[in-house]
Amino acid sequence: MVAADTSDSALRARAWAAAAEVVDPEIPVLTIADLGVLRDVSIVDGQVEVAITPTYSGCPAMNMIALEIELALAREGICNSKIRTVLSPAWTTDWMSDDGRRKLKDYGVAPPQSGGGRRALFGEQQVACPQCGSLATEVLSEFGSTSCKALWRCTTCREPFDYFKCH
Amino acid sequence: MAAASISVTESPPVLYALRRADDALILGHRLSEWCGHAPMMEEDMALANMGLDLIGQARELYSYAAKVEDTGNDEDSYAYLRDVRQYRNLLLVEQPNGDFARTIVRQFLYSVFADAYWRAMTNSRDATLAAIAAKSEKESAYHVRHSSEWVIRLGDGTAESRKRAQAAIDDLWSFTGELFHTDDSDAGLIADRFVVDPESLRAGWTDAVTGVLQTATLACPSKSWMQKGGRSGSHSEHLGHLLSELQSLQRSFPDATW
Repeated sequence: MVAADTSDSALRARAWAAAAEVVDPEIPVLTIADLGVLRDVSIVDGQVEVAITPTYSGCPAMNMIALEIELALAREGICNSKIRTVLSPAWTTDWMSDDGRRKLKDYGVAPPQSGGGRRALFGEQQVACPQCGSLATEVLSEFGSTSCKALWRCTTCREPFDYFKCH
Repeated sequence: MAAASISVTESPPVLYALRRADDALILGHRLSEWCGHAPMMEEDMALANMGLDLIGQARELYSYAAKVEDTGNDEDSYAYLRDVRQYRNLLLVEQPNGDFARTIVRQFLYSVFADAYWRAMTNSRDATLAAIAAKSEKESAYHVRHSSEWVIRLGDGTAESRKRAQAAIDDLWSFTGELFHTDDSDAGLIADRFVVDPESLRAGWTDAVTGVLQTATLACPSKSWMQKGGRSGSHSEHLGHLLSELQSLQRSFPDATW
């Protein structure tokens, strides 16, 4: 079955490439591949199956992302695809690509800092302002415009900014 | 024509999942009631964000229950088409929002428990429950931090904020015993290490809660009499009112979608 294997792997590569281009509707500079939301693409009996994982349990973007993947695959001529949601392993910002971190910063969102303690109360955490680079910043709200972000303010340039929470 | 309630076959794993899902849904709904009404914009977003996390957790737990029950019920029918006596949530989470201090204290008492509970549940022998726990644990860590910081600000704040925070602690305290509730339905699941015995988390919960209350200069209530009933469907009068809002659309217009 060499021929079938080859055609499956070619189909899988095409499907991955198409799905990987889908962007997060709330942070449109990041693709779902940058975010680590795209977990797997497999071919089951000739049908494309895409596995995605939510960032947060209640992330309202998941339905939209699933729909966008189906559309992206259809544009590639791949119909009848199946989108699966997987919970394990739990999504972490460690999966965000370096390219993704750079794109976030250029977009004005401070990328997640590893090592930020989630349990320390009034935790002192240093987050650089994505506008001017100053470390003189303060948290305004632990919860921002989407589940994955917190709201910060730079005390040097006075700009408020989103911080992509380390999760 | 109004939609009738579903019937649910409450085998131990189904009842287990419904109890936790109902906690998350009802508390999530309570938090959503603040949307547009919180004392400041940041807290409006924070409460709505936490509500969203909880409703997400509820959906995962309901979907798990639906798969195990396998009678055609799904996450929507569990949420929209069970009557008040079929709900299995803690009495704590259905208590009305009251003022901001009461909402924060309710969140604090629940989140400190949920955080430790889901962390322990990541070792469940059931792969799906362990996966749901791993996501919930990460989210609850934020909820604990947010509500703990607010308990400290309110308790160690002005005379007014302190008075309100203490009143909330005193009123809600008798609902905390139910956090550690188990019954015959849980016994087998606990013995098989599918679920955690919440009793094993009591000492840690008490330490964490009294630690924050001390920092907040609030008194830890000494009364030991505890309310119970939510786990078997005996609820306070508040849940029916909440469900009438939550369910009115699906009850009046069965299967409505948009």
